[in-house]
Amino acid sequence: MSLKEQIEEANKKAVERMMEAEPYLVDTKLAKDAIPGFREDMLLHAGPPITWERASGPMKGAIIGALIYEGKASNEEEAIKLVERGEVILKPNHEVGSVGPMAGIVSANMPVYIIEDKKFGIRAFGNYNEGIGKVLRYGAYDKEVLSRLKWMRDELYPTMKAALDEARKDKGGINFKAIIQQALHMGDECHNRYVAATSKFMNEIAPYLVKADVPKDAFNRVWDFMKNNNFFTLNIGMASAKAMTLAAHNIKYSTIVTVLTRNGTDAGIWVSGLGNRWFTAPSPVPKGVFFPGFTQDDANPDLGDSSITETAGFGGFAMAAAPAVVSWVGGSVEFAVENTKNMYNITYAKHKYFTIPYLSFQGTPTGVDIRLVLKTGITPTINTGIAHKKAGVGQVGAGIVKFPFELFKDAFKAYVETYGA
Amino acid sequence: MSNARKLFDEELKVINVGLKIFYEDLKRQGVRAVQVNYQPPPKLEKELKDKLSELL
Repeated sequence: MSLKEQIEEANKKAVERMMEAEPYLVDTKLAKDAIPGFREDMLLHAGPPITWERASGPMKGAIIGALIYEGKASNEEEAIKLVERGEVILKPNHEVGSVGPMAGIVSANMPVYIIEDKKFGIRAFGNYNEGIGKVLRYGAYDKEVLSRLKWMRDELYPTMKAALDEARKDKGGINFKAIIQQALHMGDECHNRYVAATSKFMNEIAPYLVKADVPKDAFNRVWDFMKNNNFFTLNIGMASAKAMTLAAHNIKYSTIVTVLTRNGTDAGIWVSGLGNRWFTAPSPVPKGVFFPGFTQDDANPDLGDSSITETAGFGGFAMAAAPAVVSWVGGSVEFAVENTKNMYNITYAKHKYFTIPYLSFQGTPTGVDIRLVLKTGITPTINTGIAHKKAGVGQVGAGIVKFPFELFKDAFKAYVETYGA
Repeated sequence: MSNARKLFDEELKVINVGLKIFYEDLKRQGVRAVQVNYQPPPKLEKELKDKLSELL
């Protein structure tokens, strides 16, 4: 069999596994108890590996905030000293099967969702979503941010845990692939628009919150938090996408991309047939729509693991399903349709289960092939939140960004070296 | 020459290939235009280009 034929076979297998994965939300635990190998002195972060010295403002802000949240530092200065002394291990989420939007910081005592793929038995993890604006994942860490995080740990987490225990007993957990599938028919693309998905999730979880006999006050606060945060299920969708892409990962000879991510300094990718080897290039600055008082000059280079949604065949790749998302990320409805159509040029398949009504229920573009990126020069184009470049400010807008071409070129060079083509 | 001059007397109908901004400007001015999305293929070193042709 020629290498070209071996690639075809491997890519078919990888993308088939990506589409057939069945991610269920089965449980929630504190990160230190859920994620294998997690250490008390560890902070997980979005994107490829990063050092404190090279980290951008919002990434530094989130690291400082997490250290104060954990009680390891009582203020900004102490937190910085701790990291500078090398007492904090920074590790990419992706290296432990986890994902987090924007800075993506996960510390030992933060709750995480546990996703279990019922088809292939893979587990993936994702942190909780705080809402938009001044939040840790965008680099803010003032009292308001920290007290919200503490409430999430002390009340939201045990409430979700109690409800998910009931859901697991009843039907093995919440089938989140089914929620994504339906939300794509209800105007979400499931990266920057989770309005329908959050609503569907609330319908699913409601009877289990009742069954779990959660105290009425806690129930009301948790319900209001979910209702007022359209991004509540983003992190569950991302962890589901991580489970899907893990199912496609480590397939010998495959040229399919299984990680697309950014840390605010670098963008990075993984390719299925090349294992956990990072290919990196400077992260681009998104172009977008800004909150009042902020401009393009305030924008930090892109960050977050949330582009795992596009890696799995939804998010920005499914923008044609979500015309309303352009009011949040900018562009026009025509652009949304065009972007989806453009992504078919660099993907292996049309998704079997994720479909777009406006395109006559055509499957979403799924499985970026590095060979097609090299051939066409078209790179994955995603939608994203925009963080202020200074630590402590938070989210300032949302927009569109393209992954750098060099990532795919370097990965192809490495592929040729590895497989002796 | 006479054919070229004729162009200016007729209604302009444009097929724009590549940069979309030209198409958008024409549309704003009420000119009939269609857009063909195109970008030149990326420049690759010969060895890489050959490998790509072999594997795709």
